[in-house]
Amino acid sequence: MTGLAMPKPDAATLSRRAEIVADMKIIVPGEGVVDAVNGMRAFESDGLTAYRQLPLVVVLPETTAQVARILKYCNDRNIRVVPRGSGTSLSGGALPLEDAVLLVMSRFNRILDIDYANRTVTAQPGVTNLGITHAVEQEGFYYAPDPSSQIACSIGGNVAENSGGVHCLKYGLTANNVLGIEMVLMDGQVLRLGGKHLDAEGYDLLGVMTGSEGLLGVVTEVTVRILKRPEAARALLIGFPSSEEAGQCVADIIGAGIIPGGMEMMDGPAIRAAEDFVHAGYPLDVEALLIVELDGPGPEIDHLIGQVEAIAARNGSTACRISTSEEERLVFWAGRKAAFPAVGRISPDYYCMDGTIPRKELPKVLAGMRAMSARYGLGVANVFHAGDGNLHPLILYDANEPGELEKAEAFGSDILRLCVEVGGVLTGEHGVGVEKRDLMGTMFTDDDLDHQMRVKCAFDPNHLLNPGKVFPQLRRCAEMGRMHVHRGQMPFPDIPRF
Amino acid sequence: MTTFTPTTSAEMLEAVRWAAGEGEPIEVVGHGSKRGIGRPVQTEHVIDCSGLAGVTLYEPEELVLSARAGTPVAEIERLLAEKNQEFAFEPMDYGPLLGGEPGRGTIGGLLAANLAGPRRLKAGAARDHILGIQAVSGRGEAFKSGGRVVKNVTGYDLSKVMAGSWGTLAVLTDVTFKVLPRSETETTMALRGLTEEQAIAAMAAAMGSSAEVSAAAHLPETVTGKVLDGALSGRASTLLRLEGFGPSVTYRTEMLKTLFSMLEIDTIDEAASRSLWRQVRDVVPFADGTGKPVWRVSMAPSEGHRMVMALRMQAAVDAYYDWQGGLIWLRMESDSEADTLRALVRRHGGGHATLVRASLAERAAVPVFEPQPAALAALSARLKTEFDPKAILNPGRMVASHGGGVAASHATGG
Repeated sequence: MTGLAMPKPDAATLSRRAEIVADMKIIVPGEGVVDAVNGMRAFESDGLTAYRQLPLVVVLPETTAQVARILKYCNDRNIRVVPRGSGTSLSGGALPLEDAVLLVMSRFNRILDIDYANRTVTAQPGVTNLGITHAVEQEGFYYAPDPSSQIACSIGGNVAENSGGVHCLKYGLTANNVLGIEMVLMDGQVLRLGGKHLDAEGYDLLGVMTGSEGLLGVVTEVTVRILKRPEAARALLIGFPSSEEAGQCVADIIGAGIIPGGMEMMDGPAIRAAEDFVHAGYPLDVEALLIVELDGPGPEIDHLIGQVEAIAARNGSTACRISTSEEERLVFWAGRKAAFPAVGRISPDYYCMDGTIPRKELPKVLAGMRAMSARYGLGVANVFHAGDGNLHPLILYDANEPGELEKAEAFGSDILRLCVEVGGVLTGEHGVGVEKRDLMGTMFTDDDLDHQMRVKCAFDPNHLLNPGKVFPQLRRCAEMGRMHVHRGQMPFPDIPRF
Repeated sequence: MTTFTPTTSAEMLEAVRWAAGEGEPIEVVGHGSKRGIGRPVQTEHVIDCSGLAGVTLYEPEELVLSARAGTPVAEIERLLAEKNQEFAFEPMDYGPLLGGEPGRGTIGGLLAANLAGPRRLKAGAARDHILGIQAVSGRGEAFKSGGRVVKNVTGYDLSKVMAGSWGTLAVLTDVTFKVLPRSETETTMALRGLTEEQAIAAMAAAMGSSAEVSAAAHLPETVTGKVLDGALSGRASTLLRLEGFGPSVTYRTEMLKTLFSMLEIDTIDEAASRSLWRQVRDVVPFADGTGKPVWRVSMAPSEGHRMVMALRMQAAVDAYYDWQGGLIWLRMESDSEADTLRALVRRHGGGHATLVRASLAERAAVPVFEPQPAALAALSARLKTEFDPKAILNPGRMVASHGGGVAASHATGG
């Protein structure tokens, strides 16, 4: 692993490990505490596997009361806590710390309420994203945000990361589909934000909790909006000689007032890797491939599909297929959905990036990436949520070659800097975590970051929840102008800075 | 009394920095179109944001628009309409209800009040469309959050924190919103003569169908005559709106007609439909020129009418429903009945009630915004303190204890 500075482990906590483990076993009786190294290995990393660390102890609570007791216990004793859902984070958001309790929410796995009249599902946070859809699909409903890891990722993790998916231009991100949560603050207080009603009575704390990457509180219950499945969906598979034409086609579709359910782009290397892998019938003589999916009532799709086809032709498409059956639509998607493993077949390792850019900057960013690719001597394949500008470059490297991981990471950082330079952002849906933490300064000033940190100070003033993530530098809340003076002493004067 | 009229972000920063340095409370206003909402704010100084105006970026193909916070919403909506686009969250206009002119209000105020409209269930509120902000916090420091792209999880979403904060955390200087295409056409079906209970069930069935209903409201018999110049007078109207491309709207209209084949249905054409929903949105039925208390209540759609039924046993009240029954507009005959109403909201599954119209005296005496449970109130207070430690921004507008109020200003010497 490359030089990632994490908070210095607290020696006092490490020395009291046996006592902490024993106390955790009292709070969570039965099988809920994993303290043997062999057992803890399963939790030493998340989806960003380049980084690994064994935690102090793994605790798997089953009730909100247990979560509250664990957090209060740790808060009172200055012990750090790292929350974890299914561990599918691609940015190291659930990377353990040596001196931190790893709070694993996977046993919170029940659906609590299905309410078709209000179109809501209330679930415990460990229920998978797809599990929510499975619970309601017999009635023709589904949960819209569909991150690619939806079979495994948990709804609690989705709240922490504000997860997206391929349908979010039309249906929104997690933040737009979550109505309420129950959560526990680091001091053990249990709060309810929202519910089956809309909007907040005061500050939009649910809005800031969504996407806060486990730094503000631990979610113990989630209420989401479910939607009726669109009556039908059809997809167009359109090939272009270059990304410029494909990009203009996307702009013209939107300019015509059409918001497709999904709109995905792949570049030449990604097309060829995917086709080799799944044989979806993708054209191989194009440099950009668009999948445009229209969903809704049948006559609406029939009305729009010809318009999209005409727009594509006007922009110089050299191939255009329209799905005529559900099977064919799924085949169109098969290549896109398998793009990551397909790239995994042509390279020993790949590193997936996640910037977002204004769509019109795509040609410039792709050209920039080609130049970087030549400079670093590493290949890159691109898949792109074209509707919303979210770019996933896959950098190809071989971890067994000394120095290649470092090169890949430097390449990735350069790409993200370019995204910010053209008006975009560091991360569209994967989160900052540890991965992009040290790049936050390219997008934000110290004052920007301090105002984010002030939210943290309101929720977790001692910086005990998931420290070392998101913020490049932990600044003591007191230092930023708010003094916690008790009996002449500042609490926790020994919090390390890094 | 000083009124600051900054015309640049730098001037705004300077004004707030001064107030922060001196600990001088200031009222933050745009056009003042929603000034009557919230606890009365009494300050020596005012920051008038309306001079900080102008659209700074509009790229229709990228679905994005940025503007200075004091830009008139009406100006932005005109600009969007030229490109057949709009704010999909259909921001309401409080002007008619509060006895002011229609069409006033700034884009900063729109976000600070987290405005929404009948499309709330389908398209969200201002909070769901804000992409980025620049602001000056009560500490006198400029900061930004978010950006100009739809998909962004870089750092905490402070833009959402600004939504519905009523100018109590920071003064906005710039905002960037997602914009969307306007629907090609729309039509509304009015189911006639349903009881409230039947109406709630019908709206749930319509919203849960694949007809993609974009708005569902119920106007009881006492209210239905107050829209469209009385065209719907007589029997209660349950309104279902369909929007989109022509062939799709036609098809979905038939779908709903089949779903409700047992009921009497009036179909309202595009032009009338647009006026109708603007009236529902802007609470025109209660824009009666009086100061009678009006509540805006948000509850689970299935529960609102039960709460109203119980309330009618205890108080004289007129009511209608938007958001499938989840948004309840209530006009009280005399007293605001705050405690009675809020107890009933809690008993019927919870939610929140905001007193959006009331006399000055009542707004000073009754919590305008729903009081929060202790732990949540304490967290909100900590957030306020972090952003505005001296409580200089709109002190006490949302919560009495967040600065302001007669007692507090005396104690600190104003």
